Amino acid sequence: MMPDLGRYADAVLSAYAATIALILLLVIFSWVQSRRAKAALKEIEDRRNG
Amino acid sequence: MSLWEYANPVKFMALSGRVLPWTAALSAICLVVGLIWGFFFTPDDFRQGSTVKIIYLHVPSALMAINVWFMMLVTSLIWIIRRHHISALAAKAAAPIGVVMTLIALITGAIWGQPMWGTWWVWDPRLTSFLILFLFYLGYIALWAAIEDNDTAADLTSILCLVGSVFAILSRYAVNFWNQGLHQGASLSLDKEKNVADVFYQPLLVCIAGFVLLFVALMLLRTRTEIRARRTKALLARERVA
Repeated sequence: MMPDLGRYADAVLSAYAATIALILLLVIFSWVQSRRAKAALKEIEDRRNG
Repeated sequence: MSLWEYANPVKFMALSGRVLPWTAALSAICLVVGLIWGFFFTPDDFRQGSTVKIIYLHVPSALMAINVWFMMLVTSLIWIIRRHHISALAAKAAAPIGVVMTLIALITGAIWGQPMWGTWWVWDPRLTSFLILFLFYLGYIALWAAIEDNDTAADLTSILCLVGSVFAILSRYAVNFWNQGLHQGASLSLDKEKNVADVFYQPLLVCIAGFVLLFVALMLLRTRTEIRARRTKALLARERVA
C-alpha cells in the first residue's frame, strides 16, 4: 500500500508529518479555546439569571 | 437583506452556528481525499522524484498564507471605515491560522528545497518575503495581546495589517518582480498556461479546496470564540461596577 518514495522518503514523510502535526495542533487549540469561552460565558450568564 | 446585517453578533452567531459543521465536514473530506490521492495514487515526477508529493502541502499552505492576510486586510478596512466589531474580531481570529499556514509553507519549502536545490534556505526574494510575512503575523498577534482596550487594539492592528499587505503582495509577486533566486515562478496562475500536469493538478485542486474550507471553518470557530470572550469581558465589567 505504501508507495515507494525512494531516496526522498525522509523528506516527503517529514513534510507530511510536520504539516499534519501543525494542523492538528491548530484545530485542537482552537477547539479547546472555543469550549473554554463557551463555558465561561455560560457560567456568568447563569449567575446573572439567578 | 444586506451583508452588513451579519455585523450584528446575534445574527453572526446564528448563521455561523449553522454553517460551521458543514464547512468543517467538507474540509475534512477534501483534505483526506486530496492528500490520500496525492500521496498514494500519483506518480513520481521525472525530475523531482517523490518530492513532488510535497506540492499538496506546500502550494495550498503558501496560497492560504497570502490570502489569509488579504482577508485580514479586507476586514481591517471594514473596521477602519465602518467600525463593525465582528470584522475586527474576524481579523484577530484569522491571524493564528495565517501564521500556521505560513509556517507550514516555510517548513515544507525548506524540506523540499534541500534535496532539489541542495540547501534548506536561501535569501531568495520569495523566501525572504515569506519570512517577513511570518514575522508580520507574529507581530500582529503580539500587538492584539499587548493592548488591553479592544477598540485601540483593533485600530493599531488594522494599521499594521495595511503595512504588512506590502509584504503579502511581495510574497505573491516576488518571483515576477525580481528575476533572480532559486524559487520557481507561480505554479498556479489565472493568466498563464498550466504549469502542472493534470495527474498532479487534480488532487492539488482538491487539497486547495480542503485548505480553503479548513480556513473558513477555523475562522468561524475562532470568531465565535472571540465574540463570546468579548461578551464575557463586558458582563464581568458590569458586575464589577454594580
